[in-house]
Amino acid sequence: MTGTNPTVAPSDSNGALATPVPSSAPGGLVKSVVELDRVVIRLAGDSGDGMQLTGNRFTSETASFGNDLKTLPNFPAEIRAPTGTLPGVSSFQLQFADHDVMTPGDAPDVLVAMNPAALKANLSELPGGGLLIVDSDEFTPRNLAKVGYATNPLEDGSLEGWQTVSVPLTSMTLEALADSGLGKKEAERSKNMFTLGLLSWMYHRPTEGTIRFLERQFRRKPEIAAANIAAFRAGYNYGDTTEAFAVSYEIKPAPMKPGRYRNISGNQALALGLVAAGQRSGLPVFLGAYPITPASDILHELSRHKAFGVRTFQAEDEIAGIGAALGASFGGALGITTTSGPGVSLKSEALGLAVMTELPLVVVDVQRGGPSTGLPTKTEQSDLLQAMFGRNGEAPVPVIAPRSPGDCFDAAVEAARIALTYRTPVMLLSDGYLANGAEPWAIPDADSLPDLTSAVAFATEPNGSAPDGTPEFLPYLRDPETLARAWAIPGTAGMQHRIGGLEKADKTGNISYDPANHDFMTRTRQAKIDGIAASIPPTDVDDPDGDARVAVIGWGSTYGPIGAAARRIRSSGRKVAQIHLRHINPFPADLGEVLARYDRVICPEMNLGQLSLLLRAKYLVDVQSHTQVRGLPFRAAELAAVIQDAIDTVQPAAVDHAVANGAQQ
Amino acid sequence: MTTVELGMPDAPTPIDAAIARSLEQHGPKVTELKGKDFKTDQEVRWCPGCGDYVILNAVQSFLPSLGIAREDMVIVSGIGCSSRFPYYMNTFGMHSIHGRAPAIATGLAAARPDLSVWVVTGDGDALSIGGNHLIHALRRNVNMTILLFNNRIYGLTKGQYSPTSEVGKVTKSTPMGSLDHPFNPVSLAIGADATFVGRAMDSDRKGLTEVLRQAAEHQGTSLVEIYQNCNIFNDGAFELLKDPATGPMWTIPLEDGKPLVFGPDGASCVVRDDFGGLRIAETNQVDASQIVVHDASREDPSYAFALSRLSSQDLRYTPMGVFRKVQKPSYEAMMSEQLDEARLQGPGDLDALLAGGDTWEVTA
Repeated sequence: MTGTNPTVAPSDSNGALATPVPSSAPGGLVKSVVELDRVVIRLAGDSGDGMQLTGNRFTSETASFGNDLKTLPNFPAEIRAPTGTLPGVSSFQLQFADHDVMTPGDAPDVLVAMNPAALKANLSELPGGGLLIVDSDEFTPRNLAKVGYATNPLEDGSLEGWQTVSVPLTSMTLEALADSGLGKKEAERSKNMFTLGLLSWMYHRPTEGTIRFLERQFRRKPEIAAANIAAFRAGYNYGDTTEAFAVSYEIKPAPMKPGRYRNISGNQALALGLVAAGQRSGLPVFLGAYPITPASDILHELSRHKAFGVRTFQAEDEIAGIGAALGASFGGALGITTTSGPGVSLKSEALGLAVMTELPLVVVDVQRGGPSTGLPTKTEQSDLLQAMFGRNGEAPVPVIAPRSPGDCFDAAVEAARIALTYRTPVMLLSDGYLANGAEPWAIPDADSLPDLTSAVAFATEPNGSAPDGTPEFLPYLRDPETLARAWAIPGTAGMQHRIGGLEKADKTGNISYDPANHDFMTRTRQAKIDGIAASIPPTDVDDPDGDARVAVIGWGSTYGPIGAAARRIRSSGRKVAQIHLRHINPFPADLGEVLARYDRVICPEMNLGQLSLLLRAKYLVDVQSHTQVRGLPFRAAELAAVIQDAIDTVQPAAVDHAVANGAQQ
Repeated sequence: MTTVELGMPDAPTPIDAAIARSLEQHGPKVTELKGKDFKTDQEVRWCPGCGDYVILNAVQSFLPSLGIAREDMVIVSGIGCSSRFPYYMNTFGMHSIHGRAPAIATGLAAARPDLSVWVVTGDGDALSIGGNHLIHALRRNVNMTILLFNNRIYGLTKGQYSPTSEVGKVTKSTPMGSLDHPFNPVSLAIGADATFVGRAMDSDRKGLTEVLRQAAEHQGTSLVEIYQNCNIFNDGAFELLKDPATGPMWTIPLEDGKPLVFGPDGASCVVRDDFGGLRIAETNQVDASQIVVHDASREDPSYAFALSRLSSQDLRYTPMGVFRKVQKPSYEAMMSEQLDEARLQGPGDLDALLAGGDTWEVTA
């Protein structure tokens, strides 16, 4: 069931408007200030136009101002596709608000198009009446022809349905930098900063952070720093003085829990979580990784934290990445490998070895569109079944997933906790949307983080005895509660033992081909992973009134869109329970019982129903799967329609009015 | 369990704590050992007559001379007959997956520079499925010793040709003869800029021990190719070199500082050719000054490479001994230096790291 119910608002446009308040601006113009509760801006340009940098700077300004926000960078896999073409368009969308937001917004309120290609690729998503800012200098016959515009849309009336502001961004940037001593080509590059300046004026963003950033970024090229700062200021002043923009907007800071905040992306948070796990367990962190989009930033970030004893090893391939990490774990380090789907395929055999040797290992899969090379820069959740089952033999591996960029931090710490406590590889499934998306993050107190020291207890003395009674170390003797095997590291006398991929005899770990032993060991490895459920909290159900009859269940980065959809449903007077899983293997112990309470369970996923398959198989619950693999996050409105349909089918008479139009999300 | 002071530069990690506790419980490390101390209770399961037995015995007898405690030694292997080696050694060991031992050993050696790390591998394991890991381990110069048992056949899968089998070899998978041109493992290693490359014969206890000793003492990656007879699937593969009648004729012993003269009565020698390579000459046909004096420490790998090219697929003119031994910083030592340098300004402060650069305060 994928149809959109017409009673649900299709977009998030038009935040609450207040009466314009006139204010006097320098230059004698009287400009009004309009208060909004939220805005969705999309910046679109050529891959070389610096849209991601511009977006990130605007995000930082917005975060430090105190708005809540979510971002959606969307860029092609090609580093520089041919200039001015549709495949080369890169965009950055963010939603910011005076209240908490759960998604980067379904559709933009404001679209900035730096060239005809950016306009053509994005215009269909700008709702009628939306604000459109274009760089008129780029609308040359040549550029128009490149993307198949027969006539100039700025002149042929085709943009009448939008509030179009045509600004010669490039030539004004050149004018502002006339005395900078830079050549035309170099000066033109600063047009993104001019644009950022203009947007910063429009939305009353603080500017000091960007100026500091530019000074820092170009400290070895002071003339470039100066040019970018000049362009940024020129853009700001242009907004302040031009008649083209009569209105600026104010979005008050969002009420947030008291504390110290920073802006953070998923990959950054994940890397910091891994450093924290090392610090909180006391173990040196060892990362073995091979560069792959969209996971490489974790390698970059971790390579900067050597002061924490973090060793990073850029391996010759994905297999060596996990191999080295496992070797480090054998030596007593916290072994980690980071990758994306195609890399997981290559790591499968070594992951099986980690299962067999029962050593701690964190495997991070920042999922992207598949199969094969797929969509390297786009998001998807289609590696779940690979994480669960993608190995030969019975090779159970715990699987966990973060729900938001900031949550990647907690998920990383949790992955390390499970890996160390149970001596097992753990799959952590992030995705491209979480990895590159950003949000404000309440900075935790290091001392408040989970203490992982008790998960590490290296054996230094015999724990059993040989048949003749001599005390000896039995590497496969298990903790009766966790079933974790004893862990002894090289360098400790008398603990010498051999492990490997061949089946182990119970307790001694010697090679064993005994049928009964293999059956026992296979079941024991499974029981160990199943037993992790005892250490995780019961299912967290978000159902304000506690009497919803429809539940929507998800995992990973769909948390935001599902949450936003649930808000819309609730504001229409309907009831829905939201369940979002951190642990997918094992599931929380009570999950089957919880799901059985509902008349209908809906499971939206960015794959073709992988969690649904698991839930159906395990609990015989008739999950309604709602799927999409567009390389982009779900739209809240679409999910709301699906949920509303389910609720109205289950309970046709209960609610007779539609989901409120434009509900907050 | 020792309390770990977080964030201190010299804070003992649980690894340090475990080693300290072990010393308390078991006393000082035992480094005076005998060959039998390295044996395990596991039954050795190679075919009777396999060359692997000879190598195992040689390794066990020679290891005590290194003065390394058993618990400080780790042997990592891949898959294949030779890769069962760790089970028979009373050290730490990992019998891993096909071809990946150098990668696993790299992580272990980089994380634990205090250990003596060994890799035991075969021609299929190291040069076919694991070729990539081998060359990268060699170029990085991670401190480990790689023993490559070359029997020029796939034994564990019962007799297919290997990447070192000679062209035309008739095997189960090549009934009309193999088409693959073989690798020369020594040439390959020198091409990857390996800092230590040697070759020895399984049955030559003295020669093997000497090469192993130098390899073990070398800082960085050492590769030792060991010609090993598979008496089931490729029996007699190295007979030309082993047979007292033919061996001296075709073997070029490498001894540092000595002229490369070999063969019955020193009839043959190695001289430079016109294109920077080496060639075999008759000793009595050349001036003594033309005969190459062996020098394994030459920085430029061309000489060692040229030496490795003297031998042909049928093993005639095979140099045995240490081809190359040069000093270069090892990977894990440089990695440790970077960590020390990063900590010059003090140890990492987790709270500061989590806060990052730009933060803002929300008050109630």
